[in-house]
Amino acid sequence: MMIENLTEAFWAVFELKTILLMIVGTAAGLIAGAIPGFTIAMAVILTLPFTFTMPPVQGLAMMIAVFVGGLSGGLMSGMLAGIPGTPSSIATTFDGFPLVRSGKPGLALGIGVWSSFCGGLISAVALVLLAPQLAILGLEFGPWDYFALVFFALTITASLAGENFLKGMIAGALGLLVRTIGEDDINGVARFSFGIEPLEQGFAFLPVLIGLFAFSQLLSDVKEPKRAKEALMSDTGSGVVKVEHRAALKVIMIGWPNLLRSSLIGIFVGILPAAGGSISNILAYDQAKKASKTPELFGTGTPEGIIAPEAANNATAGGALIIMMALGIPGDLVAAVMLGALLIHDVVPSPTFISENTVIAYGIFIAFFIAHFMMIGLQAVCLRLFLMVTRVPMYTLTAVILAYCAIGVFALHNVGFDLWTLFIFGILGYAMRLLGFPLAPMILGVVLGNLAELNLSRAYASSNEWTTFVFSFFTRPWSLFFLLLAVFSLGFPWFQKDRGKKKWALVYIPIMCLALAIPLFLMGGIVRPTIGAILILISLNMLRKRAQEGWHIEDKKDLISELRE
Amino acid sequence: MTRLNTDTICAIFLLIVCAVFFSASFHIKDMGFESLGSEVWPRFILALLFVFSTMFLFQSLKKPPEEKTESKGLKAWIVKYQNAFKIYILFISFLLTLDILGMLIGGTAFVFLTLTALGERTLRSLGIHAAIAIISITFMWSVFTFGLKVFLPQGIIFSAW
Repeated sequence: MMIENLTEAFWAVFELKTILLMIVGTAAGLIAGAIPGFTIAMAVILTLPFTFTMPPVQGLAMMIAVFVGGLSGGLMSGMLAGIPGTPSSIATTFDGFPLVRSGKPGLALGIGVWSSFCGGLISAVALVLLAPQLAILGLEFGPWDYFALVFFALTITASLAGENFLKGMIAGALGLLVRTIGEDDINGVARFSFGIEPLEQGFAFLPVLIGLFAFSQLLSDVKEPKRAKEALMSDTGSGVVKVEHRAALKVIMIGWPNLLRSSLIGIFVGILPAAGGSISNILAYDQAKKASKTPELFGTGTPEGIIAPEAANNATAGGALIIMMALGIPGDLVAAVMLGALLIHDVVPSPTFISENTVIAYGIFIAFFIAHFMMIGLQAVCLRLFLMVTRVPMYTLTAVILAYCAIGVFALHNVGFDLWTLFIFGILGYAMRLLGFPLAPMILGVVLGNLAELNLSRAYASSNEWTTFVFSFFTRPWSLFFLLLAVFSLGFPWFQKDRGKKKWALVYIPIMCLALAIPLFLMGGIVRPTIGAILILISLNMLRKRAQEGWHIEDKKDLISELRE
Repeated sequence: MTRLNTDTICAIFLLIVCAVFFSASFHIKDMGFESLGSEVWPRFILALLFVFSTMFLFQSLKKPPEEKTESKGLKAWIVKYQNAFKIYILFISFLLTLDILGMLIGGTAFVFLTLTALGERTLRSLGIHAAIAIISITFMWSVFTFGLKVFLPQGIIFSAW
């Protein structure tokens, strides 16, 4: 059966049309990722309208190709102009740009491309191995556990907004509220229609997403009238760069521990709900610097500083897909869009997704592998295209893409109201950007709102009375585990702020480990209580060390500011 | 009187939103099923939003007043966000005329006018804008109409022609 499904998925991906679409997708991703102001999420969102009429495997394969291309495209502008194309390539510029400036653009690009490739392949292996296992684990989840998981996903996304934590929580709640408008999935009752007939059906997911993210992003890109008229980039070097593949591969072979560590960091960050490549590339760079024998060379053009962020950001994609396919929770913004794409095709990702939609699941695995090979092959071609695109002023791209957004959104249901939705959420998204509200929690709220309500309702229906319903959130091990994670992620912004400044921050991590050990013990068996015991030992050891040091506060700077310096 | 900062205005607006939605939640029909009522989940979210917005309000009131670094007022504000306003006006015009002009003509007009409003207005630029608008929209319209077999609005002019 497995072989049959694998063969079917293989043929679905290796169909000529799918391969051609993936080539186009990878090329589009590489160029979109390279353009500053264009994020990968935006590129994937804009691909979505094309995929409506395609079979699910074909559509998802194209989106994955854009995703992989986008992750690798960011390094081109980051290295050649010192401006990262996407937030996932910020750390790549720290050493990539100096290496290019020292007269080795071919080597720099080669290291970046091959690190991306290797990181992606490592995460693809992890995707194939881990996603089904995690899905088996997910089958243990009841409605309470699922609700708690969604709650955790929202709190961690908001906490990643850092100082804007409260704004992040508000954005998440707004996303959930937007999702409640229209007919509810459980009782079929219209909510918050305010007498407007189209609102009785609610807002379609895609126009909301494109409005909030793409429309508002385009408006932000042309905010300055003078800047909007200038070419995207003026300083991208001479233009003729030959990628040094052999030399780059040699360098990467030597630095394989760095590559492996960074890829694992990328996978781990990707698995965390809503934490994407923008975090993993900086984290991997930081770890590479700490582990390096020559940390003083970081920032001057050392290959180690290119390998780490590039391997990590591509590996994040695999991690994000793992959690999406196994539990139906998006690992990052792009995975949230893909989750939306699956929903459009009436496929609901859940722990049973891999077993019930085996062909689609295997199709995703295969497409993710192939996209990396395509990325390597297309990099040289796209480099030339990218250099051509950089001469185009931003306002030209904005006008054309806005029109494209309108056509794409209309194509979804052939309903004019969707265009108004796009417009309204475009204004809302732009206002939120200007006022400093992060958009990721809101998008996650829109994506996960229904899942949260559905599980809350199921949990209630399974309980005899209110007290059982409420107490089950704290007595069920997985639910308690996620709620504890949510509580600690709520405290994370304060921990980051006070780390190295206040004494309470010294006990934050040990207490978190101790608290998380409780549900692990409640889960029973051998493995999980053992992990719980290890967590207790780690936390006690940390507390002992800190007590021995007399609760001394070591002034640790914020990671980002440390890197900026 | 102390000047209200942007965050305070935002928080007050959010509290008004909460109040409006909370009041609207009483108009949600009760189907009389044993399951969780359709109004429970939205009210739970509204309660969260209310708590966060109130915290945000107090946080914003503690913040020092914004420094007056540039001339403010409606005119300055419109000038600052002129490109966004231009796009809003053009997009809303595009939506309102969609039934008449259709996606092909309306889309081309939207791209041309947006390019002209945001970019240079020399004779050469106008020619380039027209070319970009015609080529890009015709290409996308063809992809969706003939490639993906999606029905896009024809408009009165196009269908009559």
